[in-house]
Amino acid sequence: MPQNVIEMRQIVKKFPGLIANDHIDFHVRKGEIHALLGENGAGKSTLMSVLFGLYTPEEGEIIINGQKAQIKGPRDANRLGIGMVHQHFKLVHNFTVLQNIILGVEDVKGGLLQMDAARAKVMALSQRYGLKVDPDALIEDISVGQQQRVEILKMLYRENDILIFDEPTAVLTPQEIEELMQIMRGLIAEGKSIVFITHKLKEIKAVADRCTVLRRGKCVGTVDVKTTSIEEMSEMMVGRKVAAQVEKAPANPGEAVLEVENLCVDLLREGHSKRVVNDVSLKVRRGEIVCVAGVDGNGQSELVQALTGLLPAASGRISLLGQDLTHASIRHRNTHGISHVPEDRHRHGLVLDYRLDDNLVLQRYFEPDFQSGGFIRQDAVLEYAEELIERFDIRSSNGPASIARSMSGGNQQKAIVARELDRASDLLIAMQPTRGLDVGAIEYIHKQLVRARDNGEAVLLVSFELDEVLALADRILVVYEGEIVGELLPDSSEEFRTEIGLYMAGSKRGKEVAADE
Amino acid sequence: MNKLTEKKPRRFGTITLNISFLSAIMAVCAGLLLGLLVLLCTNASQAFPAFKTILFTPITGGRRQLGQVLYFATPLICTGLSVGFAFKTGLFNIGASGQFTLGAYAAIVTGVYCGFFGGVHWVVCLAFAALAGALWGSIPGLLKAYYNVNEVITSIMLNYTSMYIVNYLIVKTCYNQLKNQSANVLESALIPKFGLNRLFPGSSVGGGIIIAVLAAIAIYVLLEKTTFGYELKAVGLSRDAAKYAGINEKRGIVLSMAISGALSGLGGGLVYLAGAGKNFNVVEVLLMEGMDGISVALLGLSHPIGVLFAGLFFGWITVGGFNMQLYSFAPEIVDVISSTIIYFAACSLMFRGIIESMRGGKKQGAAVATATPAPTAPPDTAPAADSEAKEKGGAL
Repeated sequence: MPQNVIEMRQIVKKFPGLIANDHIDFHVRKGEIHALLGENGAGKSTLMSVLFGLYTPEEGEIIINGQKAQIKGPRDANRLGIGMVHQHFKLVHNFTVLQNIILGVEDVKGGLLQMDAARAKVMALSQRYGLKVDPDALIEDISVGQQQRVEILKMLYRENDILIFDEPTAVLTPQEIEELMQIMRGLIAEGKSIVFITHKLKEIKAVADRCTVLRRGKCVGTVDVKTTSIEEMSEMMVGRKVAAQVEKAPANPGEAVLEVENLCVDLLREGHSKRVVNDVSLKVRRGEIVCVAGVDGNGQSELVQALTGLLPAASGRISLLGQDLTHASIRHRNTHGISHVPEDRHRHGLVLDYRLDDNLVLQRYFEPDFQSGGFIRQDAVLEYAEELIERFDIRSSNGPASIARSMSGGNQQKAIVARELDRASDLLIAMQPTRGLDVGAIEYIHKQLVRARDNGEAVLLVSFELDEVLALADRILVVYEGEIVGELLPDSSEEFRTEIGLYMAGSKRGKEVAADE
Repeated sequence: MNKLTEKKPRRFGTITLNISFLSAIMAVCAGLLLGLLVLLCTNASQAFPAFKTILFTPITGGRRQLGQVLYFATPLICTGLSVGFAFKTGLFNIGASGQFTLGAYAAIVTGVYCGFFGGVHWVVCLAFAALAGALWGSIPGLLKAYYNVNEVITSIMLNYTSMYIVNYLIVKTCYNQLKNQSANVLESALIPKFGLNRLFPGSSVGGGIIIAVLAAIAIYVLLEKTTFGYELKAVGLSRDAAKYAGINEKRGIVLSMAISGALSGLGGGLVYLAGAGKNFNVVEVLLMEGMDGISVALLGLSHPIGVLFAGLFFGWITVGGFNMQLYSFAPEIVDVISSTIIYFAACSLMFRGIIESMRGGKKQGAAVATATPAPTAPPDTAPAADSEAKEKGGAL
């Protein structure tokens, strides 16, 4: 019987109105990667916060390396060898990598920092675990993947043996995810134990040894990953069978709704401008889902922002149902048939400090239904919000009066989707609508997009996730460096995946091929 | 997840309001106690009677003193509203003093020369005061909206600009050389007393306080009930989200600053048209009513009704402070006390924390979430867990 490095027994953590952890047992063996799986709000983060000493549980005990532990804060956790990479990194942006790593455990002699020893130690660790970083680079200058390595190095520098990764892959590109998994395997080989919090089943299957599933604050069970199928785990997590494939009938495209001709977008940064969208022409017709596929950072954000008016077009033409919208205001576009699920739900999608009901009318508060004579009809707003909350199953602690910031990510996104789908529009532009969401919510939003299509809307979906593109698209446009380099019809074969990957990497171009079809 | 969808009051859930209110009261008490400490240190034997004077003069001194409270509170309410309104819409207007000064000048110059308006003369004067403040306020607004220049810097520098401009203009246009101050305005420019002089005999109070109260109510309605207020607050809370929603966020910023300036300008008008014998002194000193507006807004938690009471409170202790000399204390001691109160008001979050822990942490979620813009919440946390995590994170 392998030794347990963590034993959390019958942990109970209550918050006003809900039990976040309800008698949870969680055991991690030495030298394993133990996945902690659950939907948003299932209690994963709460459980880890208890382990990390951020919360005191009402009941239960924690045993670390066979010893009963009283963990009162991160310092205690650190002393016990527990380290955590948070989903949102805790790094000082204008410090160097090295400075960040030693922050809090600096070696000081006579009031002066002793950096040389620290540097040697960091370099040694970096060599040993294959964590390539430049110790003198500023955090703000390095990629997200590298920042994550800095976080890992921070834990190793503190000689932590139990490493908690909170949704580490949410911010990474596919290549970076592969690298991270290599790193995790390397850490295990060196005798570390890892807790891997995620809701991506494929990753669990790829890297984890065992998996504990939480659902609504309760522990559903711990399974051996090798002998459990993805479907079984997903059912444990959601509590019902989840359709792996979105059910959708073949598209029945009608008239062209959105027509874009030779669109160029320039981004002004520090005095010089950069062409980020280059000569893009595309058409989206009623009743079809057109997906823009590509790796993050190839001009997708700017394309969508130019279509919705958040960025000006440098040249080219955008028209909706024959109406020229190239220079129209955002409000004009919003009220003349464009719905927009924005990429960044915190920055654009919601006024985070507004109540949920106020957010649900963010695009409609000026309509006669919700105001008269410049005064907001608060009863009407409340009534409408209650209806949407009911219909789209938006969950929050306080109903329409909940502050948007206090809601979980999945429900924030549901609120945005509800708002944008409920407006009668001709074109729905959705960018990364399921980023960071769990299986249940993704399935739900996918269904809504297909339903919008079947109701005769034109849908333009921009996604960095190939699975999502393949699941939903009726037509695929691949962007690379701001240009559309391929137009393809989706196909579930493995060869097609490889082919589309080549387009996404910029090593293949074939606009004409599909146009001829 | 619990589904508490019982009808709550539409704005200001009672919990939030109570905690805000309690924390303001605690700030006041803590400030007063520290003030008492200062009194004890400087002159222990006289400290308690002097302290009593600060607190109770408006009551013991009869209706005249109460009237004085209202008189001193009037401009403070206006500048407090000005700063508070800007703050609610995401702007920090430190230029209230400058807007107040220009408003005062506009009122005085209209009051001296435009007697031909007859019965509505004073209304016209006040309108020009507000207009001047609005124009002055919109300068930082324009710079912020179109060139992303920080409004704190531009508005604070305009305080000095306006002081020198107004000093110059007064000397050029309506100067009383003997007293080195502005000329007297015409009788018709003075704000009517609306019977307040009979209610508070012997005091300087007039219709100004009524106008200030009406302004507070108007700002409350504007912010909480109208689509315009909805837009302005959205711009203030999240410029990007407002833009996404099709709100003209540049226009919003300019209008917010203009309205904020108008309130300060109006305050300037109310002071110099009050008929209390006060003229504009041509000296090189910033008018403190503007700066005090920041304090009033802070203590009033930027809420129009809160500002109203905070203004009255500052008026109250100002009146008390005048009588400090009876006990051989400098009247400036009141400034010490009021600045202590401000310090504690700025620490109102601390008091919130104390109140919440006293309540055993119940209903924390709602209270903290509305309290302040906090760092972005990690998406994968239960709502209540979230706000508590923030708190704990802050304490660590």
